[in-house]
Amino acid sequence: MIVEILVSACLVISGIFGLVGSFGMIKLPDPMMRLHAPTKATTLGVGGALIASMLYFYFIAGQFSYHELMITLFLFLTAPITGHFIAKTHLHLSHKPGDLPSTGTDRPWASYESDAERQRIEEAQRAS
Amino acid sequence: MLRKILPHPFLTLSLIVVWQMLVNKLTLGNLALGTILGLIIPVITSPYWPNRPSLRNLPRIIEYVALVLWDICVANVQVAYIILFKSNADTHPAWVRIPLDLNTPEAITMLAGTITMTPGTISSDLSADGQSLLVHCLDAPDPDAVRDEIKARYERRLKEIFE
Repeated sequence: MIVEILVSACLVISGIFGLVGSFGMIKLPDPMMRLHAPTKATTLGVGGALIASMLYFYFIAGQFSYHELMITLFLFLTAPITGHFIAKTHLHLSHKPGDLPSTGTDRPWASYESDAERQRIEEAQRAS
Repeated sequence: MLRKILPHPFLTLSLIVVWQMLVNKLTLGNLALGTILGLIIPVITSPYWPNRPSLRNLPRIIEYVALVLWDICVANVQVAYIILFKSNADTHPAWVRIPLDLNTPEAITMLAGTITMTPGTISSDLSADGQSLLVHCLDAPDPDAVRDEIKARYERRLKEIFE
């Protein structure tokens, strides 16, 4: 009984966070802000469903199941990388280097450095 | 000698654990197969990853993982709150530059990943020489405070773990 309540609580929480994440996609005004909604609100959304699954299998189906942890692990590895890719694509498509804060060093942000310039600098470093 | 057999001991360990999770059943045969894979794969792939980062401080790593997991839960609630209850005119998105003290690529990757997973921040770009990180904040009335918090909370701990 208690376990069933716990499992359903986890599922409800995960559902709410998934919904909020999707709602953020509609509500937030520009692409960089929209990126925040799915990368975060859904981690707990998926996490809740996985915890519910582990609880269910351990207490109700009577077997210890832990490959849910693996889904969490892969999610933590892939979510930042997809976020980074989308952000970089967005920088390329609709930002100018002037919109961003300066790098504080003499080279630009990696998205804005041309291949020719990078090669020139790297060759100069190798030569010295 | 030991270095030749185990070029990446942590990779070996995580491969064994991941194999156990994949088959989802703990038997002696699975453990043996996992160990064989965990021993062979790092040796085969070691030419592509010549300098292994030295991870010494195990309690520190556990502390860091726990801290990040906790922050992810907090981040979810905060971002949900901003999405649901704050009007778009009230949120102040901002770009923040974080000057890096970390040098190893592995540590910078960890920091960038952590920043993306935690409260209202996404790491978007790295400067071409790897000296600073570009971070986008969903709601940052005070961008300097965000920078100082990331440096004190995550970068300092990663520096202790990796360098």
